[in-house]
Amino acid sequence: MADASPAAVPLAAVLAGVILLALTAYALLGGADFGGGVWDLLASGPRRDRQRALIADAIGPIWEANHVWLILAVVLLFTCFPDAFARVGVTLHVPLVLLLVGIVLRGSAFTFRSYDSRRDAVQRRWGAVFSGASIITPLLLGAAVGALATGRVVPPAGGFVAAYVRPWATPFALATGALALALFAFLAAVYLTVEAGDERPLADDFRRRAIGALVASAVIAGGSLLVARRGAPLMHAALTGSRWALPLHTGAIAAAIAALATLLLRRYRAARVAAAALVSLIIWGWGAAQYPLLVPPDLSIAATAAPASTLRFVALGLVAGGLILIPSLIYLFRVFKSERAMRSTPKA
Amino acid sequence: MSNLLAARGQMAMSLGFHIVFAVVGIGMPLLMVLAEWRWQRTGDAVYLDLARRWARGTAILFAVGAVSGTVLSFELGLLWPRFMAFAGPVIGMPFSLEGFAFFTEAIFLGVYLYGWNRVSPGAHLLAGVAVAVSGAASGVFVVMANSWMNTPAGFEMAGGRVISVDPLRALANPAAFQQTLHMLIAAYVGTGFAVAGIHAWLLLRHPKNAFHRRALTLALLVGAPAAVIQPLSGDISARAVARQQPAKLAALEALFETTRGAPLTIGGIPDVDTRTVHFGVRIPYGLSLLAFHDLHAEVRGLDQVPRHDWPPVAVVHAAFQVMVGLGTYLALLSLVLGWRAWQRKPVASSRTLLRAVAIATPLGFLAIEAGWTVTEVGRQPWIITGILRTRDAVTPMPGIVVPFVLFTLLYIGLSVAVIWLLYRQIIRAPGTNDPASSGVAHG
Repeated sequence: MADASPAAVPLAAVLAGVILLALTAYALLGGADFGGGVWDLLASGPRRDRQRALIADAIGPIWEANHVWLILAVVLLFTCFPDAFARVGVTLHVPLVLLLVGIVLRGSAFTFRSYDSRRDAVQRRWGAVFSGASIITPLLLGAAVGALATGRVVPPAGGFVAAYVRPWATPFALATGALALALFAFLAAVYLTVEAGDERPLADDFRRRAIGALVASAVIAGGSLLVARRGAPLMHAALTGSRWALPLHTGAIAAAIAALATLLLRRYRAARVAAAALVSLIIWGWGAAQYPLLVPPDLSIAATAAPASTLRFVALGLVAGGLILIPSLIYLFRVFKSERAMRSTPKA
Repeated sequence: MSNLLAARGQMAMSLGFHIVFAVVGIGMPLLMVLAEWRWQRTGDAVYLDLARRWARGTAILFAVGAVSGTVLSFELGLLWPRFMAFAGPVIGMPFSLEGFAFFTEAIFLGVYLYGWNRVSPGAHLLAGVAVAVSGAASGVFVVMANSWMNTPAGFEMAGGRVISVDPLRALANPAAFQQTLHMLIAAYVGTGFAVAGIHAWLLLRHPKNAFHRRALTLALLVGAPAAVIQPLSGDISARAVARQQPAKLAALEALFETTRGAPLTIGGIPDVDTRTVHFGVRIPYGLSLLAFHDLHAEVRGLDQVPRHDWPPVAVVHAAFQVMVGLGTYLALLSLVLGWRAWQRKPVASSRTLLRAVAIATPLGFLAIEAGWTVTEVGRQPWIITGILRTRDAVTPMPGIVVPFVLFTLLYIGLSVAVIWLLYRQIIRAPGTNDPASSGVAHG
């Protein structure tokens, strides 16, 4: 669906960038909500119930809005790059179906638990479904991204396993899934240190968890870089050889060190910025390594771009929608996440 | 089961499940806002209790709607990749707009549900209004995308691919107006009568309960006027379908032969082999009158469509009868209720009327499911009328029956959980045992 006019390519690249931004927002916000589910499962120690209550309060008002970033990314992908969407839908069918099951179970179980005010066995079962689904969903999301990066998301050929399982059941893709899980857990723990407010022991619980998740993320990232040499040569070459590789790695390492240092110093608001910067840099590094390919090895941004008129209208729609969306989002987070709002958490 | 049939089954099941929650997401916010507005105006605490309880129900149902809607957005590519590769750039516009509307809905629902003690009463009510408006808007945008599949417009093709797009013409495709109008009204009918029906049922058991009396009145204020105007919107739809989608009209009316002064066939079992309808009641000239407002107008029958391009006539005809029958019941009931309101007699003092409303609880939703069956099955064998066949759009991945069964089981489980939760948390009469009424800040 390439368009003849030369102006279409830069706009398509901009829209691909918007999709990456939407995915970044999803990771930073929706990802942290999944991470909250991980810490719900791993809640322990004398403050176990307080940990769970803090997680529920933090996620409750915002998880649905956070979730829409994923839908926005999907809609923009099929509108602007329909062939890329179709390819992903065919070849990654299996992990995406499992991802959807995870999304459905996580969202509904969380809501059912929140609204089931009786403290009984049924409510605990919803909690188990919520936290279990919060673990499998990031794994599958990361595995799908990892599969894309390996360049194996090609038109199906051969038997079922060769066509629909092997593209994503690779060490690199599964390591990417584990990395996504660890990073989401890290983000959630860092955010929760802020949410804990004046409750210092509670904040310390999540401080320890944040540091643990950061170390786990670093180990997994190092491991996936090792398996990338054979499993994702394209990604490996870009991450080691290209001219932006050094600044990217420097930035990510600086963000990781800053996150660690601020956590140790209990400067939680600064740690939140550093954590978000770290995850953003990793996602943008993935995008930059693939550029200009959307689905390596063959589907590029230019080759899969919708006709120029569609792209122009989507761009206009994004501006118009943003004019409503951004103030609304700012309002939402001011109501529930500003310093003043968190000090006065009503416990009616 | 063939892969195509499994994919169609999964899509139908996913849509049929999601539509219930999508409709509730349009109708319930209006109800909770009305209740809160009455509370702010009158200071009557019963209305506050009502707004809070309805908000809790909305929260549970909206969450299921949000996740089942996500499933649908992925299923477009998982099940129909060739349809999306073709149509994505053309119908992406309404989907993108829907994305923003849904975003707004989710944001302000968060503010509404968790913000009772955090924002001013005026801001809280406005947040509810924003939920109601954006919920309606997102429904309108999605139905616009669907109506394009019925009456595709706004693009040029070459070599089986879309080469240029006019997104505004695609958005304002010929079927868009009547389909969105009909669906939006249906959402208020379905939700209004479902809520009214539940409270009518509870009033039969607790006739003096002030909570249920006010709830019944508010729900009927939304549902009944919508049910009365719905037949007018149906008339607009029927005449448009007669002109724009004659094969669908012929199937839903089970009209096999092109006829001048065509009769209307009510009920009956169409037999596609003999091209007759068994046991149907025929009203002379009825179809020509309804479809063209002209007793002698020619109505095109299925004989003008190649046999292999016929939709499944029996299913479409039966679904249409169900939709019209249920809609008629709700419209007539609404007229009776309106007459009673005019006489200033409360509905709750007539047990017969309460029973009639209680029976109506699921009827609006059944009519909506039947109506979508008419729209979607009546378009077959096309996924985009005249452009792309459903069988050519389906994924090449074999074994779709597995995800079909998986999602069916998942949704059955969710349905049971939702019904049970609503029963446990929402329906129990207030004042009896309500540990949660003070915990609204936590939802």
